[in-house]
Amino acid sequence: MSLTPTTSQTVGPFFLIGFDRMSQEDLALAGVSGERVEISGRVVDGDGEPVPDAVIEIWQANAHGRYAHPEDFQDKPLESQFKGYGRCPTDDDGKFHFTTIRPGRVPAPDGGLQAPHLAVSVFMRGLLIRLVTRIYFPDDPANEEDFVLNLVEASRRETLIAKKVVDNEGALEWNVVLQGPDETVFFDC
Amino acid sequence: MRGSEKELPAAARLAAYRRPPPGSQPKHLHPSYVSSIKRAPTKPLIYLPHTISEITGPVFGPESVDVKAFDLTKQHSGEPVGERIIVSGRVVDEDRRPIRETLIDIWQANSAGRYLHKIDQHDAPLDPNFTGVGHTLTDSEGRYRFVTVRPGAYPWKNHYNAWRPSHIHFSLFGPAFATRLVTQMYFPGDALIPFDPVFNCTADEKARQGLIASFDWETTIPDRSLGYRFDIVLGGREATPMEGQGGKR
Repeated sequence: MSLTPTTSQTVGPFFLIGFDRMSQEDLALAGVSGERVEISGRVVDGDGEPVPDAVIEIWQANAHGRYAHPEDFQDKPLESQFKGYGRCPTDDDGKFHFTTIRPGRVPAPDGGLQAPHLAVSVFMRGLLIRLVTRIYFPDDPANEEDFVLNLVEASRRETLIAKKVVDNEGALEWNVVLQGPDETVFFDC
Repeated sequence: MRGSEKELPAAARLAAYRRPPPGSQPKHLHPSYVSSIKRAPTKPLIYLPHTISEITGPVFGPESVDVKAFDLTKQHSGEPVGERIIVSGRVVDEDRRPIRETLIDIWQANSAGRYLHKIDQHDAPLDPNFTGVGHTLTDSEGRYRFVTVRPGAYPWKNHYNAWRPSHIHFSLFGPAFATRLVTQMYFPGDALIPFDPVFNCTADEKARQGLIASFDWETTIPDRSLGYRFDIVLGGREATPMEGQGGKR
């Protein structure tokens, strides 16, 4: 008989003392190939108030579409400086920020390719278990055929797609809206 | 069929992780934990079949670890105040397979129930010899060990006369994005546990009990410190005989 998986518990209000060591807001270190992107956003609660005690984690492939993980067997280049992991706690205004690169496309279960995306975990006081979501890139024709985006009703899909920041090349905005009409799509992962 | 399987990239055929059994994980909304009310999503979660993005995940090896960080009692010039304890156990998957060389981060209050965090204003003393933060990698059998002091209980604002039972926060990545886990370990016999809405958020009794460490004579050091055992179970793999083996059937 299999064991019962350990149940999740909230990170609570004081997680920063444990999470700070592994915070990483800049993934696009010198020598990493790929188009630089700045992703900024806010976490807001059901009252539209900022959430100052949340933390966002990202996981992504490199610019070639390969993950720095032993089970990615694709014949694509790895880059030793690019680990694909980021973590940023929110500030007093609920804001977070990552500097990274636009990932390449990775395989989809249907045999095609997924659109470029970041896998995202959101933790905070008040959440007993993480929220899982994704960040996609604006104006990417591959979004139309993306296996995961197409699981989401069209009217909510845009919550997963970052928006270009006007007059700021490479800058993107993507927010985590916990409740309400613009509620971000979260996944059962 | 054989032909179409061959055309799939190897990575598209990786085994997914199993979903937790019903009731074994908390729902996002648990109204008795008041902070969840404005923060839990209101729309249903969308089922995400595991793709290569969820089956892979961040890898942290020995280069990410300070080998001394398992001992929270030796981070300062003196010894922290409190009941010395050793917390050890194994990290395994649902099929009892060890999770080797995986990162565990922990954080906790000091023995008086106070965190070294700027927003913790509980009127209990800080301990200049205790930061309350540690980390380690599991060994080749999935084993880990921390040396620390037993954290104190502390009051919080969830409801009138609310107290958190003594607990240690654990954060693990496991082998994949899908296996990420943050949890809390509790102590056996703690009178506050039955009243704690965080502990009680999980419906399944067995899953809840899994958060309570057991007292352990094996790791108790005579005249020195008490041992507690806390095993952690991460999601197991779906069975897929064809995993990455398309040509060998």
